[in-house]
Amino acid sequence: MPKATFEARYENLGRICEFVSSTAKRAGLDDSAAYAVELATNEACTNIIEHGYGGEGDGQIECSIEADDGGVTVVLLDWSRPFDPSSVPEADFEVPLEELNPRGAGLRLIRGSMDEVQFEPIPGNGNRLTMRKSR
Amino acid sequence: MVETIRMEKVDVVKAAGRIDSHSSPELKDAFDVLLNDGRNKLVFDMSEVEFLSSSGVWVLLETQKRARRRSKGDLVLANPSDNIKKTLDLAGLMHFMKIFDGVDTAVAGF
Repeated sequence: MPKATFEARYENLGRICEFVSSTAKRAGLDDSAAYAVELATNEACTNIIEHGYGGEGDGQIECSIEADDGGVTVVLLDWSRPFDPSSVPEADFEVPLEELNPRGAGLRLIRGSMDEVQFEPIPGNGNRLTMRKSR
Repeated sequence: MVETIRMEKVDVVKAAGRIDSHSSPELKDAFDVLLNDGRNKLVFDMSEVEFLSSSGVWVLLETQKRARRRSKGDLVLANPSDNIKKTLDLAGLMHFMKIFDGVDTAVAGF
């Protein structure tokens, strides 16, 4: 299983996305599906940096991606504070432009891009996010 | 990565590559320079943008908010890829965007 660890910094988002996107394409996902994997991974890593680690610092993100006959599975591990997705209010964008608030946009993109998404806090030791994209 | 082309009434901002939390501040700066200068008819040429994250989407929406506060102001998009259009759709934000197939038609739309 291809695996890599990255410093949790925004400047690494491109490298993390290239890592998952290239693996997804090699596994035979079409351009649209590979882009979806890239988008979800980008949004998840951005949330880990911004909300998990509270900004860029000394944290790390471990990213692995496994391909099988049905698609690809991306697993992101971090060592930040526990994340409970139910604590994030559902994004509401059916409002006038002036009232728009970005809270929840990333989570909506993750769930909308992938076929399966599972957040698991690892007690005392960060979080595991598993995301599955079918062919 | 971000280029601004000032014209008589409408200004075009063009970016290339990835727009994510690392690069979106540069895009925001380019739009803010124009808005702070009283320019509010803006076209974003996305023909060379390969990836747009939610942070990039938010720069566009905040720019749109500011542009529309002045008479006849707006930010419109030209040449977004199918993947980027799908991102806007997935986010549930497509209805805020005016999208054109070319920069010339976007400029002419003002």
